[in-house]
Amino acid sequence: MRVMAQMAMVMNLDKCIGCHTCSVTCKQAWTNRTGTEYVWFNNVETRPGLGYPRTYEDQEEWQGGWVRKPNGRLALRAGGRWKKLLTIFSNPKLPSIEDYYEPWTYDYETLTNSPQTDTFPVARPKSLISGKDMNVEWSANWDDDLGGSHEHAARDVMLKGIEDKVKLEFEQTFMFYLPRICEHCLNPSCAASCPSGAIYKRSEDGIVLVDQDRCRGWRMCVSGCPYKKVYFNHKTGKAEKCTFCYPRVEVGIPTVCSETCVGRLRYIGLMLYDADRVLEAASTEDEHGLYEAQRNVFLDPRDPEVERAALAAGIEPDWLEAAKRSPVLRLITDYQVALPLHPEYRTMPMVWYIPPLSPVVDVVQETGHDAEDRGNLFAAIDALRIPVEYLANLFTAGDVEPVDGVLKKLAAMRSYMRDINLGRDPDESIPAAVGMTGEQMYEMFRLLAIAKYAERYVIPSAHAEQAHALEELATDCAVDFDAAGSYYDQALLGEGAGYPTPVAVENFRMLQDRQTSDTLAAPDDKATRVNLLNWDGKGAPEGLFPPQRDRGGA
Amino acid sequence: MNVLLWVIVPYLCLAVFVVGHAWRYRYDKFGWTTRSSQLYEDRLLRLGSPLFHFGMLGVIGGHVIGLLVPRSWTAAVGIDDHLYHYAAVGGGLVAGVMTLVGMTILIYRRRTVGPVFSATTPMDKVMYAFLGAAIVLGMWNTIAGSVFSLGGEYNYREGVSVWYRSFLALQPDADLMAQAPIGFKLHALVAFGLFALWPFTRLVHVFSAPLGYLTRPYIVYRSRDDRPLGNAAPRRGWDQVGR
Repeated sequence: MRVMAQMAMVMNLDKCIGCHTCSVTCKQAWTNRTGTEYVWFNNVETRPGLGYPRTYEDQEEWQGGWVRKPNGRLALRAGGRWKKLLTIFSNPKLPSIEDYYEPWTYDYETLTNSPQTDTFPVARPKSLISGKDMNVEWSANWDDDLGGSHEHAARDVMLKGIEDKVKLEFEQTFMFYLPRICEHCLNPSCAASCPSGAIYKRSEDGIVLVDQDRCRGWRMCVSGCPYKKVYFNHKTGKAEKCTFCYPRVEVGIPTVCSETCVGRLRYIGLMLYDADRVLEAASTEDEHGLYEAQRNVFLDPRDPEVERAALAAGIEPDWLEAAKRSPVLRLITDYQVALPLHPEYRTMPMVWYIPPLSPVVDVVQETGHDAEDRGNLFAAIDALRIPVEYLANLFTAGDVEPVDGVLKKLAAMRSYMRDINLGRDPDESIPAAVGMTGEQMYEMFRLLAIAKYAERYVIPSAHAEQAHALEELATDCAVDFDAAGSYYDQALLGEGAGYPTPVAVENFRMLQDRQTSDTLAAPDDKATRVNLLNWDGKGAPEGLFPPQRDRGGA
Repeated sequence: MNVLLWVIVPYLCLAVFVVGHAWRYRYDKFGWTTRSSQLYEDRLLRLGSPLFHFGMLGVIGGHVIGLLVPRSWTAAVGIDDHLYHYAAVGGGLVAGVMTLVGMTILIYRRRTVGPVFSATTPMDKVMYAFLGAAIVLGMWNTIAGSVFSLGGEYNYREGVSVWYRSFLALQPDADLMAQAPIGFKLHALVAFGLFALWPFTRLVHVFSAPLGYLTRPYIVYRSRDDRPLGNAAPRRGWDQVGR
C-alpha cells in the first residue's frame, strides 16, 4: 500500500443554476490575459449540449485518454511514445481555434467618436486573433440554456444510443448544467502525453500542474486530455491548465470557482488513495466496472491500518485529520451519491458529481403529482429512462444502475426531510428503502443543503515550515513579534523589507474573519461597535480602522 | 582577410552560439518554446511542417557525414568516390527538396495567414532570411557544383570538410576555405551567421527534442517547490530561473 493524498472536488448538480459565476471569476483570476482569451479553466455546459470545445467527448475523433489493449495493458488512445515523436511536427489531433471559438472584442471607440448621425453607431466585433472584423458565430457557451439546440443538440456525443427516445420526447425535454474544471486525474493522460515531462502531479496533494519553464509547446497534452482541459496559450506558446487554485489551496482557502459559487454546490476535501492500485483499477476490463474500481482505490482514513500507513508514507497528522473530515470522502464513499465524470476515459478523474434529480422532479411536478412523494419519484426515475440513461453516459460509462441508486437516494432524502420539516414523525422505511439509516440520511441532507463554509471546504494548508527554516536561516527572528504573521513581519527592517504579504494570505485572513463570524456586523456586541452617527471625528474609535502598528493612532 | 573570415568570424559565432544558449537557458526558460502556430492554421502546417522538419533532419545528417567523416574512412570501408558522390547527391537532393518545399509552404503560410503573420516577430524574419539563404545556397552547391559541375570540379571533402575539422580541432587552416568556390564560402558564412543568431531565436527548440520521453515513466510526480506558501516569491529581473 502506497498512501497518497489527493485534493478532490464534488459538485452537486442539483444546485447549479447555470449562472457562470465560477467561470467568470476564474477567468478574471487566471486567464484574463492575451493568449488565453479562449481559455476557460472553468466552464459551465448546458446538457444536452455540445460542450466546450465542441463535441470534446467524441474520443473517436479527438483520441484523448487511455484505452485498454486486448492484452490488458493501458495505452494512450492517440498512440504511444514513438508515434508521438513522429507526429511532433504537426499534431494530428489538435483542436483548432474554430473548435473552441475565435475570441473577439468590440470596437467601442466608434461609439464615442461617432459624429452625430440619424442612426445609432455600432460597435463591431473584432477578432482578438487576427484583429479584423468578424462574425460572431460561436462561443464558450453558445448553446447555453439549450439555445439553438434544435440544430446542435443532436450532435451531443452522449446522446449516442438514445437519440430516438430523445427525439420522441423532445417536448418534455430535460436540461441541467455541468460545470467543469480540470479533473486532476489519478492517471492523467495529459501528463503521459507530454514529451517534455513538463506536466506533473504534485506528490503532496495530487494537483496536476504544467511547469511553465519546462513546457516546450509540443501540444500533445491538449490532444491527450479527453476532457480538453489543457489549453495552448497562443501568445507564450505554452500549455496552461486549471491549477486547482493551488496558491489558495496551499494556505487553506478554496478555489476561486468554489469560493464564488452562488449555489454553494462545490465541496473540497482530501481523498487518500493507494497509488499502487491506480493502474490496475484503470485497466479494469469492463467499462461499467471502472466507477466501482476507482472507489476501491480510495482508502478510508478512519481505518487504523490506513492511518498507520499514511503516517508512514509521510502524510502529516493534520492532513490525516482533514482527510477524516473530508466532505468529499463522505459523498463518494459513505453516501455513494457522487459519481466520476466519464470514467471510461480511464484517467481516474477526481472531480466528481452528484447527478441532478431535478429533471425528474420537474416532470413529476408538471404532471400534477406530488413531486416529494417517494413512490412517485421512484416510479418516475424508473419510467423516465432518458435522463437516467443520459446521466449514465456521462457518469458511469452507460451503466444505469449506479445513477438509478443515486437518484433514488436523493429522492428518498426529499421525502424523508419533508416529514421532518413539517413536524411529522420521520418515516424510517424511506431511508431503509435505499439502504441508509435515518441518521445517515439526515447527515447527508445537512451536508448537501445547509453545510457551512467550514464543512464544505476542509482544506489543510501545505506544510512549508521546514522549507521556511532552511531558506530563512540567517534572518529568522528568535522572538515572535506578531503571533499572527511573524514570517512576514516587517518591523525589524521597516516597511517593504522581507517578503511582501502574499495577497492570498491577506485575503485568507480577511475572509476568515468575515466567514467565521455568524453575524452580519462584526464586532457583534454593541459595546465595541462604532456608531458613525455620534462619532465626532476626533480620535480613532476602536474597530473603525484596521489596526496599524507603528504609526500610533490615526 | 582570410584569417578574419575563416578563423575569427567562425570562432566568434561559435562562442556566441555556446554562451548564448547557456545564457538563454539560465535566464529565459519561459521563452524556450517552439512558439507553435498550429492553433491558428492547420491545413498548410500539416503538409509543410513535417516536410520541412524531416527534410531538415536529413540535411543535418548529411552535413554530419559530409563534414565529420574523412574521405579516408569511407575509402577504408570500400566506398569509392563515385559511389559516395551518388549517395551524397541523391540523399542531399531528396532531403534538400523536402526542406525547400516545406519551407516554401511554411513561409507562404506565415505571410498569407493573418494570425500567423501577426504572431511573427522581427527576430523570426531575420532568422528566416538567414535560414532560407543557407538552404538555397546549400541546394545551389549541390545542384550546380555536384550535378552540373559549373565552375569546375570541386570536392568539398578535400577542402571545406578538412577546414571544418581543423576548425573544430582548434587548429584552423584558413587557406583551405580561401580556395573553395564562392558558393561554399557564402553558404558557410551564412550558416555561421545563423549559428550566432540561433540562441536568440525560436530555433532553440531544436535542443529540447524530447528524446527523454522514450524512457521516462508516463506519469511524473513532483514535490511542491520550496517557496513561500500561497504565491511565488517576486522574481527580480536578474534572478536565475528555477533556482
